[in-house]
Amino acid sequence: MLSIKNLHASVEGNEILKGINLEAKAGEVHAIMGPNGSGKSTLAQVLAGHEDYEVTEGSVTYLGKDLLELGADDRACEGIFLAFQYPVEIPGVSTSYFLKAAVNSVRRYRKEEELDAVQFLTLAKEKMKALDMDPSFLHRSVNEGFSGGEKKKNEIFQMAVLDPKLAILDETDSGLDIDALRVVADGVNSLRSPDRTMIVVTHYQRLLDYIVPDFVHVLSEGKIVKSGDKNLAHQLEDEGYSWLRSHAEAR
Amino acid sequence: MTTQTKTAAAPPKQDILDQYDAFRAGAASASDWLAPVREDAIARFREQGIPTQKWEDYRFTNLAPIARTKFRHASTYKQPDGIAEIAARMKFAKETAVELVFGNGRLMQTNGGEALPAGVIVMSLAEAMKSHTDLVKQHLAKVAKLDSAPMAALNTAFIEDGLFVYVPKGVHVEKPVHAIFVTDSGDGKAGAADSGAERLVSHPRTLIVLGESAEARVYETFTSRKGDAFWSNPVTEVVVGENARLEHLRFQDESGEAFHTGTIEATQGRSSWFTTYSFAFGCRITRNDVNLALLGEGIESDLDGLYIGADEQLIDHHTFVYHREPNCESREFYKGILGDKATGVFSGKILVHQKAQKTDAKQTNRNLLLSDSANVHTKPQLEIFADDVKCTHGATIGQIDANSLFYLKTRGIDEVTARSLLIYAFAGEVVERVSFPPMRERLQNLLYDRLPNGDELRGLGE
Ligand SMILES: Nc1ncnc2c1ncn2[C@@H]1O[C@H](COP(=O)(O)OP(=O)(O)O)[C@@H](O)[C@H]1O
Ligand SMILES: [Mg+2]
Repeated sequence: MLSIKNLHASVEGNEILKGINLEAKAGEVHAIMGPNGSGKSTLAQVLAGHEDYEVTEGSVTYLGKDLLELGADDRACEGIFLAFQYPVEIPGVSTSYFLKAAVNSVRRYRKEEELDAVQFLTLAKEKMKALDMDPSFLHRSVNEGFSGGEKKKNEIFQMAVLDPKLAILDETDSGLDIDALRVVADGVNSLRSPDRTMIVVTHYQRLLDYIVPDFVHVLSEGKIVKSGDKNLAHQLEDEGYSWLRSHAEAR
Repeated sequence: MTTQTKTAAAPPKQDILDQYDAFRAGAASASDWLAPVREDAIARFREQGIPTQKWEDYRFTNLAPIARTKFRHASTYKQPDGIAEIAARMKFAKETAVELVFGNGRLMQTNGGEALPAGVIVMSLAEAMKSHTDLVKQHLAKVAKLDSAPMAALNTAFIEDGLFVYVPKGVHVEKPVHAIFVTDSGDGKAGAADSGAERLVSHPRTLIVLGESAEARVYETFTSRKGDAFWSNPVTEVVVGENARLEHLRFQDESGEAFHTGTIEATQGRSSWFTTYSFAFGCRITRNDVNLALLGEGIESDLDGLYIGADEQLIDHHTFVYHREPNCESREFYKGILGDKATGVFSGKILVHQKAQKTDAKQTNRNLLLSDSANVHTKPQLEIFADDVKCTHGATIGQIDANSLFYLKTRGIDEVTARSLLIYAFAGEVVERVSFPPMRERLQNLLYDRLPNGDELRGLGE
């Protein structure tokens, strides 16, 4: 599904990703953990196609295509979805208007029939119900005045509607209380499927109790310094990230 | 009002002055009492002329193309055949209480009005001057100031016809009154207005009077055929009585070659509410003056605007809000979208008299620049002589937000559509304030027509 080779990326001349290697197959859930500032969000944004980040070296292949050749919109149409750490507020654009534009743009790209107003509403309401969201969200401006938790739910809601092949969730747990976390995790888990790959970015191990990953990678200073299975997450929970420093010093 | 703008001598407009005598001779018999008003007005215009950029209030607004074009008064033109057709596109028909069509400033059609409440008068000003002389005399040219207002002075000198609305005490008019002002020189391929040819100038006059506790909505549409070159110079005088409520709106979508200089002069009585919208979709030069005097306690006023310019259009709004009495609240909310080499100007003056304590005046002007060559001049002017007041103003000039754009793209929306969506949303904040759904829809459709990939967005609205 996704193959990242020796990926280097800079922003404003500062190198932030310093040679990332990652292979993710269909059906797998990969967790990326690491201390604040290690480059997790940068990796997520580079994969989604943010133009502020310049890829200086390496390659990313997605479903056999050179991902770095595609603009952010085409990547989304090809099935990549990023749930933002900080979802953007868009005053004046209602959630339903925005999401209908998105769904139909993706469907057009995939040469599928566009959804009419009724079909869209049926789909949206079904997904909202699963996430325990009030349908009135559809009429509110995208993320405007939403609480932190509501914004995160809204990201997962969009993911459910857009039905991606590769979902990247950036700190989806932050801002959620324990009940909301469960609902969101259930939503994410219900989207796990043999055809879908997920990359779950998180600072804390907490989320991984609910979304159990197949692989865990630890990112530090722009590199993956350790990979393992779900037990690595527990080890991090017990020991914190301080061992990384001694690890780095030892090298 | 006590403000005076320092005026530099401007060239009088001889072509217009030359026509004044002939016009007055023709118009005099209809309304003798107006003659001295006209005389005073033309004298004021003669003193002031067409403003140059040396006037502080016209610093960014170059009216030289108007100054150098030769104009002929609309009443000397034969009415072109196309006016009804142009007006038809703008009709709301049954949705309105009365709908009137004016061609080059003169009444051509009145539709509806049968079900108006007793005492309400909606008719052409020319007719009202004859049938309701005292009422008209009491207010006409009493509100509009002619100091530092050469365009209003010129309009006043040439008062002939326009819209008259009177709503007596305690009466509510449910549906809006809609006047469609078509300007048409009958020359669809006119080209640049200042190319040397003689152009039509029209001075429609509107007078709206609401008695105590009356309620109404009055909308004015200014339209033309594409490419026609002319100058429209309308003045609307508004008297909002005590405790009355009026929603007024000007929608202007005229030819890209046209000049438009518009004035709104309003006074409000105690505890009244008045809102006036300006939707200016750009002709070659647009200059709108909105002057509002709050003459009682407990008044609320809203001045909202949306201007959208492209090509080399200039759109200038000057607002002046005068707080004379205590405990009033005024809110201004103007937004501009400028593309290509267009220029936007916003100047908002708020004058608070020393006895106008507890004034709450708020002014917001936001501008979105769509190109590097577009520009905006925005200037708040606060003159506050009371000490216990709340006056806030904020102006922003920016581009489309890159984060929002990226967010939309990560959802599969292409760049062009995403930009259009964000522009639409920016404009929508003003459009959605209008109370009349068919007008909102018209404005939305106009935005969709103008925006790249707008047709795609149109389908999302429901
Ligand atoms: N747009 C940007 N401009 C400047 N610096 C950035 C930008 N994005 C990220 N960085 C820097 O890159 C580093 C990694 O940030 P980030 O990827 O957000 O880390 P994480 O998500 O792991 O907390 C930080 O030092 C951050 O300051
Ligand atoms: Mg982060």
